[in-house]
Amino acid sequence: MEYILKNGIVYDPANKVNGEKKDVMFKDGKIVEKVSSDAKVLDVTDKIVMPAGVDPHSHVAGPKLVVGRLYRPEDSRKGVTQKTNLLRGESGFSIPSCPTTGYRYSRLGYGTVVEAAMPPLEAKHTHDEIATIPNIDIPALPLFGNNWFVLEFAREGKIDELAAFISAWLKISKGYGVKIVNPCGSEAWGWGMNVHGINDKAPYFDVTSKEVIRALAKANEKLGLPHSIHIHPNDLGHPGNVPTTLETFESVKDIDKNAAVRNQNLHCCHLQFHSYSGNSWKDASSGAEEVAKYVNKADNITCDVGQVTFDETTTMTADAPMEYDLFKLSGLKWVNKDIECETAAGIIPIIYSPKSPVNTLQWAIGLELFLHIDDPWKVCLTTDHPNAGPFIRYPRIISWLMSNERRMEMIDNEVHKWVHSRTTLPTLDREYDFYDIATITRAAPAKIHGFSDRGELTPGYNADIAVYDINPNDIDPSKEHELIEKKFGLTDYTIKDGEILVKDKEIVKVKESSTIWTNVKGYEEEEKAVIEGIMPFFNQYYSIKWENYPVHDHYLSNPIRVDVEASK
Amino acid sequence: MAYEEPITDYDEIVENCTCAFCGCNCDDLDYLVKDGHVVGVRHACRLGASKIMEDMDQRLIVPMVRDDNGELKEVDWDTALDKAAEYIANSIRPVMYGWSETSTECMKEGLALGEYIGAVLDNQATICHGPSLQAVQNAGYPIQTLGEVQNRADVCVYSGSNAMNSHPRHLARYSVFCRGFFRSRGRFDRTVVTMDPKFTDTAKMSDKWIGFEQNGDYGFYNAIRAVLKGKELSQDVISGIPKEDIYELVEEMKNAEFGVLFFGLGLTHTLSKQRNIDIAIKMVQDLNKFSKWGLTPMRGHFNVNGFNIFMAFETGFPFGVDFARGYARYVLGETNTIDLLTRGEPDVFLVIAADPGAHFPNKANQHLAKIPVIQIDIHWGPSTELADVVLPGSFIGVECGGTSYRMDGVLIFMKKAIDKPETCRDDEWIVRELKERVMKLRKEPNVAPEYIPNPAAQ
Ligand code: SF4
Ligand SMILES: [Zn+2]
Repeated sequence: MEYILKNGIVYDPANKVNGEKKDVMFKDGKIVEKVSSDAKVLDVTDKIVMPAGVDPHSHVAGPKLVVGRLYRPEDSRKGVTQKTNLLRGESGFSIPSCPTTGYRYSRLGYGTVVEAAMPPLEAKHTHDEIATIPNIDIPALPLFGNNWFVLEFAREGKIDELAAFISAWLKISKGYGVKIVNPCGSEAWGWGMNVHGINDKAPYFDVTSKEVIRALAKANEKLGLPHSIHIHPNDLGHPGNVPTTLETFESVKDIDKNAAVRNQNLHCCHLQFHSYSGNSWKDASSGAEEVAKYVNKADNITCDVGQVTFDETTTMTADAPMEYDLFKLSGLKWVNKDIECETAAGIIPIIYSPKSPVNTLQWAIGLELFLHIDDPWKVCLTTDHPNAGPFIRYPRIISWLMSNERRMEMIDNEVHKWVHSRTTLPTLDREYDFYDIATITRAAPAKIHGFSDRGELTPGYNADIAVYDINPNDIDPSKEHELIEKKFGLTDYTIKDGEILVKDKEIVKVKESSTIWTNVKGYEEEEKAVIEGIMPFFNQYYSIKWENYPVHDHYLSNPIRVDVEASK
Repeated sequence: MAYEEPITDYDEIVENCTCAFCGCNCDDLDYLVKDGHVVGVRHACRLGASKIMEDMDQRLIVPMVRDDNGELKEVDWDTALDKAAEYIANSIRPVMYGWSETSTECMKEGLALGEYIGAVLDNQATICHGPSLQAVQNAGYPIQTLGEVQNRADVCVYSGSNAMNSHPRHLARYSVFCRGFFRSRGRFDRTVVTMDPKFTDTAKMSDKWIGFEQNGDYGFYNAIRAVLKGKELSQDVISGIPKEDIYELVEEMKNAEFGVLFFGLGLTHTLSKQRNIDIAIKMVQDLNKFSKWGLTPMRGHFNVNGFNIFMAFETGFPFGVDFARGYARYVLGETNTIDLLTRGEPDVFLVIAADPGAHFPNKANQHLAKIPVIQIDIHWGPSTELADVVLPGSFIGVECGGTSYRMDGVLIFMKKAIDKPETCRDDEWIVRELKERVMKLRKEPNVAPEYIPNPAAQ
């Protein structure tokens, strides 16, 4: 089937198309240069056309998510809707059910969402949920930062073996890239402890966080994976964590990146949670300017923000000791889930209130990062869904970024006065334009993840397209922030692989999702040797049989395999 | 135990099969197969082995429909499926109950059918660990995988659970006797405590037995929490336990490097029900201020947890989910099977891989006797006596593959080892057939005419 999206106003930063009136054509699921006269015309005159959204870091599927849903019926009840002939009933606000997750991302114009934390032992479960989420493609990042084998390889400096291990475990878990969460800290949590700073050691394993980060970065580049290491640094959420964050960045400075598709060798997720100055909550202040300054100078660092949205939401992370800290503060119902030989996780509900000084600080730091980081290619829009807020708030964040007036209104009337004394936000009048928005929600995250089939409207790329009912020449985002939020919340068209999923603000089609995984070639022998070496340990200390460990095809929903030729 | 001759007469061994009995989901079983039957099982405990070996005992082989004289008569598959589909399609308040001994693949078909016709889907949690789930929703859920217990735990507590009898390999494979990475001497590196009014088999092999009074659990855990918070106990004896013993126990628990509390129906079903679990969870949360502690409910059936997990990610709610209004409703005491039955609401009851005839209260079963009951199962049981249509399924983990979730939430794929009896069908196939036939009979699904967004999620 051939289509032509006619007369839209196109924002496609990868191709430097900035608000040009232009037709976009696609055929058999791909963007094409031209179509025949039989092509079906979709009139989108004067409406914004962008590549479909790419969420670089979100939590949508897996063992944490399901416990969240299971133990928060009060959240599930918030979003219920009736089944229709096409759609299943929805449920949930911060932790929507799987089908709901797909529908809502689709309505926002998203086509790809990266699940940011998959314990390999629970990879089958994660893929079971991914297969239940329709309309978006979902690559998953397996957790490596506290894996016992990784800790051992890192301590011994065995980078070749570590590379082979990663290569094997991406195949086994059908994972996309290397995720690191509070390296050494979640292992310390096995004994109820944590690490502080990057030079602290994991108990017993006698290896520092810095050594683990460096080893994983080297192995990642050795393999030339499409994505860089994806790190949630130590000391998340602690006042005074700026030095840890900057030392984390600094620790990989000398490691050459080895993948043409991306610029960075380290992606730092939800940087907002890692940009706190001060010594305690009493004297805490924003470290956003200092952190942004580093990012501005460094070519090897990218980030996403994890913007706080002032909602009641659910925090969930593999940084389990941090979740216990939150529990000690709020006393709300606390979930913990330690996973043998690999990682841990914690969950707790949270209410971000504009009346709270700390929450105001967090909100402001997120926005400061967006506004202090000069190059939108280095920063992505996320809420670390659902940690800082649910993903359905992206349109609201866009409206904040595009309107200084709205931000000042909030600063003056709605949020705590700490915003004046502890942050630089009131002094920042930068406003994002539509081109910047397209960059931080599509082009940059796609490039950072090394996708070479999405995130741009380049011929040959997937026809993943979003059309918003906004005429950029006829709206003043500075003033009309409510309209911006509304219009970015529901597309006129969401097109995925050339199929129209949303039309005129209604979902008209539900399709199965795909998962995307990385298949390294050229390490087969080394992988075999590493697995053989690990086997006696596995048989003794894992609670399941090896046969039950890998993700078999049964659990994979339309897998997209990304082949990588490893350079040795 | 008498000496049993090892079995030598078999054609092949199928390794790494998963036991379809308790929530341990042991995935290290070897089946000795001869002439298409499992004649021996290695590694399983007696419960697991006997269930697998006696698969043909009281086996339901052919579909049956109750005739006008009230007799179950053997029929062909089409007749049985059409009859069952007709009952469901004509119902206004169908309940689909069970699911804990079948695969999540089968549940998926069942859920699709349930959403289509507006049924209630519920599982055995409603009569077993429902109070635990309620408590989890109230207080939280600090858990860990079983391998984490194996590798780290130096204190294991069993409360209201006689694991030696109900989950016979639990201690050997996951918690107590096994060697762990940080517990290389296995049993010698661990302290085992049983908290139970009865001196059970598990208590017998424990280092410590705390035999609090019947229904004394809440008071006992409350006292522990008080001591953990630095309070003095004013009574000398609490729930039958001298206060000195409680102080001593608290010290031991605080000094654990990694402690785990396993609890069973003995805790969930005494007087204070979910409040027992509630306070046990809070005690574990308090203990984490001093050392590392977690807990795990000793789930009974091998996939009772699977249903709760599956329903939560598909619908947002773990059990007792009512689709009658076209959206998912979960109201404890209202949308659960027993409540529905005792109120006399359901007009059709589908029971899959469960035995309400044996486990439900009288009043619930009295209502079941009045309405059409469709049974999908592999064995004859009290529910068969109530059934109007009987659809013989196949044995997951032996005759058919499928997904289950262990008590700690780890997904285990249970593979197929032998063929099912020719006249039986896989559960997944049966439920899919029912779904498709119901959809033909009732063209209009239970849906809203158009999508209406929920403003609370905008
Ligand atoms: S402990 Fe449970 S799962 Fe394991 S063999 Fe025995 S009955 Fe089966
Ligand atoms: Zn995250």
